[in-house]
Amino acid sequence: MVKSPTEKKVREPLFHIVKRDAIPWWKAWLIRIAAVLIALVVVAVITLVMTGQDPIEMYKAMFDGAVGNSTRTWNLLQDTALLLIVGLAVTPAFKMRFWNIGAQGQILVGCLATTFCMRTFTGKVPTAVLFILMIAFALIAGAVWALIPGIFKAYLNTNETLFTLMMNYIALNLVAFFCFRWSKNSGNDVIGIINRSSKTGWMPDIAGNKFLLNIIIVAVITVAAFVYLKYSKHGYEISVVGESENTARYIGINVKHVIIRTVLISGALCGLAGFLLVSGVHHTLTTDVEGGRGFTAIIVSWMAHFNPFYMILTSFLIVFLEKGAIQVASAKNLQLDDNFSDIVVGIIILFIIGCEFFINYRIKFKSKDKAEEARE
Amino acid sequence: MKKILAIVLALVMLFALAACGATQDDANTDSANANTDTENAGADTEEAGDALKFGFIYLHDQNSTYDRNFMEAAKAACEKLGVEYVEKVPIPEGNECYEAAIDLVNQGCDIIFADSFGHEEFLLQAAEEHPEVEFCHATGTMAHTEKLANFHNAFASIYEGRYLAGIAAGMKLNEMIENGEFKPEEAKIGYVGAYTYAEVISGYTSFFLGARSVCKTATMEVQFTGSWYDETAEKNAAETLINRGCKLISQHADSMGAPTACEDAGVPDVSYNGSTLEACPNTFIVSSRINWEPYFEYVIGCVKEGKAIDTDWTGTISTGSVVLTEVNEKAAAEGTVEAIAEAQAKLVSGELHVFDTSTFTVEGKELTSYLADVDTDDAFTPDTEVIKDGYFAESEFRSAPYFDVAIDGIERLNAMF
Repeated sequence: MVKSPTEKKVREPLFHIVKRDAIPWWKAWLIRIAAVLIALVVVAVITLVMTGQDPIEMYKAMFDGAVGNSTRTWNLLQDTALLLIVGLAVTPAFKMRFWNIGAQGQILVGCLATTFCMRTFTGKVPTAVLFILMIAFALIAGAVWALIPGIFKAYLNTNETLFTLMMNYIALNLVAFFCFRWSKNSGNDVIGIINRSSKTGWMPDIAGNKFLLNIIIVAVITVAAFVYLKYSKHGYEISVVGESENTARYIGINVKHVIIRTVLISGALCGLAGFLLVSGVHHTLTTDVEGGRGFTAIIVSWMAHFNPFYMILTSFLIVFLEKGAIQVASAKNLQLDDNFSDIVVGIIILFIIGCEFFINYRIKFKSKDKAEEARE
Repeated sequence: MKKILAIVLALVMLFALAACGATQDDANTDSANANTDTENAGADTEEAGDALKFGFIYLHDQNSTYDRNFMEAAKAACEKLGVEYVEKVPIPEGNECYEAAIDLVNQGCDIIFADSFGHEEFLLQAAEEHPEVEFCHATGTMAHTEKLANFHNAFASIYEGRYLAGIAAGMKLNEMIENGEFKPEEAKIGYVGAYTYAEVISGYTSFFLGARSVCKTATMEVQFTGSWYDETAEKNAAETLINRGCKLISQHADSMGAPTACEDAGVPDVSYNGSTLEACPNTFIVSSRINWEPYFEYVIGCVKEGKAIDTDWTGTISTGSVVLTEVNEKAAAEGTVEAIAEAQAKLVSGELHVFDTSTFTVEGKELTSYLADVDTDDAFTPDTEVIKDGYFAESEFRSAPYFDVAIDGIERLNAMF
């Protein structure tokens, strides 16, 4: 290879980054496990240096908060399921490279629709019909909330990231408005528990366990999502559109059609998550009811490489950390507030996301390049 | 090639080291976890003996002035009486509150307290399931209608504190008028409110009546934010009011938004929930707040002695529940401390009533009869006559405020919340 004199003078950087070819699965997992372990050590050092608190006590509190007793464990599992369903909901859109960051809004309108049904139809229709109405309204509400940016994307090629984000604020303010409108005391924003005495429209207990039904529903959806994405024609179309719209067009896929169909599914699943949150967990509507899941689910989905089964793991991990963080903030023997426990969660997640870089890329150092060049 | 090997080896060593360190952590955590369980068991047996355990549920952490006010009181009361306590924070007004309450029950708490209005029904749900535990809720309205033996509401006659703070405000207005800063008819107060909820209306009306008892020409404008805690909205609301010519600001919302806006603009401010002197040394006059320590001590006392806790407890100036911070002499008018002390004595003796119907009018007329919505229902049906002996009997039929009358002299700029 002949080089011009000017090129030779350019100082080469110390290292540069090269995309890796496929890496064996065990190697990838080794990197991930190492990342978690390093994160734990880093957090321990930061805790010790910044706050002077015992990091081991902190990890203890974390475990205690997440799985300290059976109620906590059930709560952990239920919240994992509720985060997982949102993760599943955003995944088809992400796989298609449709950046749906509007899950929050889609969940909230699902919550709103469910609440509306519980308030309006209780006592007027049989319970079974009430449930059908609640689910249908929630699905439609979520789907419509996603469909609006979907149509604009498909036909006018608008920026779906901004569009879905803006839809969140509209949904949030709609919920705030109805909380005020439906509040149990004049001029306040608290609706209170809906049908507290009759429990109409509440998801039934299974074998005396009120968490189980939520978990089962999400488990079924997880399997369905896996099959849909991996083995159905729809799933294949989603992947192709995501990889390259031109390829999709070339092989005769109706791209507009796929975009709209996929965001409809995405939105409807978010709506269903909203239904589960209101009917299965909170039995009320507040602006906090969604609990940040719409955004956290993005991490869940990405960390799992859009694989529904990996998502079980990633959502479990995040909920585990969040639950633990509450206990860290509350533990008497630790002088830490919830801001610090948020930092802890942030660092651990950062390491886990960051390690994907080392799975996908490898770092080439200067000396090595020279050696290669010399060989050439 | 050697170099690559060296780097790889170094990395492996680093990972291995880290792995060792962390596994150790893990192992410790596991054994520690077992320890925690035994600790819990220990607490249980302890509880069977004598020691009381008090569980607290807070909406926000200590950065919220509202919650910090509870936290400090809880700590003081429990430490004074030697009671063990556990805190849960931050707990939103949803099912999380119920879960937190159940978790506290599992930890062996004998009394569980929640501090936010929206916690009420979730706490009630837990109370129904655990009749052996006492549940106390601040600012709620349902205990007197639900009639559950182990569920109790509490509040304080904070309108009296607001009235006294209003006197400080009125005196400041008078001082500014005397200094020729503006004409008497321009003495307009700005008030940043959260919602058009009775607690807020009761608060700003009593504050206004306090101010007008000193400065006869005072008027008031109220700007609502539609949130209990929204620093930006509160700051904007205060700035709007200042731009509209308000000479003094007060607020009923939980952030530092309004006090900060006042300090920036050099407008005097009467704060709420505690002193903002540190952040606003030039404009902070005084602040009223509810001191929850007497209530916590009362509840602990009841449980220790096996006595029933009041269904609906109202703290007053006399119980030490309604207090004012120290007056900031730098910003306040001369004689403020004395004037407040004088009015306070009259309030305690019953000579003076905050909502004396001869001191205000509604649509030009004196209020002679008013049915308030004391028993909560979906349609907000007014159910109780609350005017007696020439005054509006606030917080006498239930602890949470129900004064929601729009009196003359106060203008609501936005009433959509």
